[in-house]
Amino acid sequence: MADPQQVIDIHPQRGLFDLDLRETWESRELLGFLVWRDVKVRYRQTAIGVFWFVLQPLLATLIFTVLFGRLAKLPSAGLPYPVFAYAALVPWHFFAQAVTRGVNSMTQERQLISKIYFPRLLLPLGVLLAGVVDFGVGFLVLGGMLAWYGIMPGVAVVLTPLFVLLTIATALAVVTWLAPLNVRYRDVSYTLPFLLQIWMFSSPVAYSVELIPDRWRWLYGLNPMAGVIESFRWAWLGTTPPSPSLLVASTAGVVILLSAGVIFFHRMERTFADTI
Amino acid sequence: MTAGSPFLSPDIAISVSGLSKRYSLGARRRGQDTMREHLTARARSLLRGELRAESATHLALRDVSFDVPRGEVVGIIGRNGAGKSTLLKILARVTTPSAGHAQIRGRLGALLEVGTGFHPELTGRENVFLNGAILGMKRQEVARKFDEIIDFAEIHKFVDTVVKRYSSGMYVRLAFAVAAHLEPDILIVDEALAVGDFAFQRKCLGKLQAQAGSGRTVLFVSHNVGAIRMLCNRCLMLEEGSVVLDGPADAVVEKYVELLGQQRAAVQSGPRRPDVGSGFLLHPRDPESDLTIFCGEPIVFDFDIEAEQPPTDAKVGISLRVTTPTGEYLVTMDSVVQRAGWIQGEEKRWNVRCDLGRLPLNEGAYFVWVTVCVYVDHTVKRFARFTNAFALHVLENDVFGWGSGLPRSRHWGPLYWAPEWQIQPVGPRPAILHPTSRAASDGIHREAVACRDSSA
Repeated sequence: MADPQQVIDIHPQRGLFDLDLRETWESRELLGFLVWRDVKVRYRQTAIGVFWFVLQPLLATLIFTVLFGRLAKLPSAGLPYPVFAYAALVPWHFFAQAVTRGVNSMTQERQLISKIYFPRLLLPLGVLLAGVVDFGVGFLVLGGMLAWYGIMPGVAVVLTPLFVLLTIATALAVVTWLAPLNVRYRDVSYTLPFLLQIWMFSSPVAYSVELIPDRWRWLYGLNPMAGVIESFRWAWLGTTPPSPSLLVASTAGVVILLSAGVIFFHRMERTFADTI
Repeated sequence: MTAGSPFLSPDIAISVSGLSKRYSLGARRRGQDTMREHLTARARSLLRGELRAESATHLALRDVSFDVPRGEVVGIIGRNGAGKSTLLKILARVTTPSAGHAQIRGRLGALLEVGTGFHPELTGRENVFLNGAILGMKRQEVARKFDEIIDFAEIHKFVDTVVKRYSSGMYVRLAFAVAAHLEPDILIVDEALAVGDFAFQRKCLGKLQAQAGSGRTVLFVSHNVGAIRMLCNRCLMLEEGSVVLDGPADAVVEKYVELLGQQRAAVQSGPRRPDVGSGFLLHPRDPESDLTIFCGEPIVFDFDIEAEQPPTDAKVGISLRVTTPTGEYLVTMDSVVQRAGWIQGEEKRWNVRCDLGRLPLNEGAYFVWVTVCVYVDHTVKRFARFTNAFALHVLENDVFGWGSGLPRSRHWGPLYWAPEWQIQPVGPRPAILHPTSRAASDGIHREAVACRDSSA
């Protein structure tokens, strides 16, 4: 970066695939600082700090247990309903938070965007990675719950990082599309809570995927979060594994959505400072 | 690195050619921030028979071209909205041009605003590292300069205090200190000196000067023409998005000041009616009259008073009052009190010339009221007042020759003065005199003018 002969070219247009990914990579130290800042600041001046992340899915688990477990008596794959729901709520909660924070990360840092140049992708990326810390805490609690109910996770639990990666990729794919739109139209941030709510009920969070009739499974599989959640349940609770074809399909879907999203983001990023 | 780079000779740090920036006004209008509003606006224009909703555009920058050789310190001046900030934003890559292109050779540090990226919930120490990273410094680089930065900001005791507990002065000092230690090959600064108390501003100016002296290329936008004259060897003047002047800093600043004066005079040409009372008109003479002056320069007001009825029976006196922009009276000068003669006779139109000499005004804006008083039997029978008949802009100038201009009037009050100081130890030994300034105020003026001349 300190190469004195480096020439910066400033042009009105830029190629569709001229993504400056090298520059984004060179700014990884800044990304580290953004993550560190987010982790440090997020729960400042709160009494219970990071336990907010634990508390929110726990409260949701409680509500779901009463509503769906006790009253509606939804099947929970033979597991205690609280564990069944919580194992899905940990990744879901991470996903929902990551998307919400990621989409709003642009407008929140409008000062920074309109005054300083840096690869804009670092902002949602930083917010997302900062959320991984919370994610880890969520798993600790899940481990505690399993011990309480005397459930032993299978060997597949070592695949957890892979599934975490898939969750991050899914969230980032959504954010690369919605964050630039939100810079232009604030409607996005108002629509987001509803969108996420609908998405949650279209994902096997409160219920088991077995509830979906077989002939609709393929459609259901288009929702990458369905695959993610089923994978987490399988890894930690030993439920039936998700079908590999479904997993491959949703991973491929996420990769395509994410790649196109990054291109979209880079196209839009150039006018952020003018429209934000 | 890119296809265009071979065209850039190695001694050119910044090359700008044909740069334009068009803003769509629609996109910037507040009321059109939601999709529904955007859609209804579109629908409305469709109803009006337009196929595309052509939103109004504004050319903030038109066809700007210039080269900056390596090591040159270039100032950019121009009135608000002339496109200075847009130009810097494009060069800093915050936004993109609509046409044209620019090339920059070397590591670029842009300081468009002091303190962006500071987080109130983090401590001073944490913010130094965070802000350093945002401005493009490596972690080790910040660590190496950390003590120097804290020294510069003078916040030793509060390094580990959360920044939101800082006073605004401390905050700004720390923010500038980080930026000042960036040490890029090319530094772009936008009005960053207009922060902090005066002593600190001076320090920042010094730091910038040191950077400029060490072979760094600097692009410096400021309203402070004093700072431009002091720092820059070359200056560009922008007007409505175009470069209208490009030359030695002193000459361009001189022209700029002249232009400001002309515009103000043009606004005031033609007779003025009184704001209070009636019976008289005021004709400012000499539309070229320069009402923008440097601190310490003489001020002369020259105008005609036209009476509707020739003042044959009454005696008419003139009173001038200088006020601050907020309306506080600074000084009132009265022709009657000074027994300077009367407006009296068959003539309708009278010329009044009031030479204020070197009124010791600090940098700032002032207004001058003109009151025409009709006396009958030594009492004011009626009067006509022209509120804010003249606007007076005083620009910073190094009146005392101490290396920098005086602080703005809003910090140090509207007037400067040169008292005679005596500072000596109190003790048994015979006193030794250290007169810091023996000059009478007139002598100082001469010095100031000489100083200005030598810099021109």
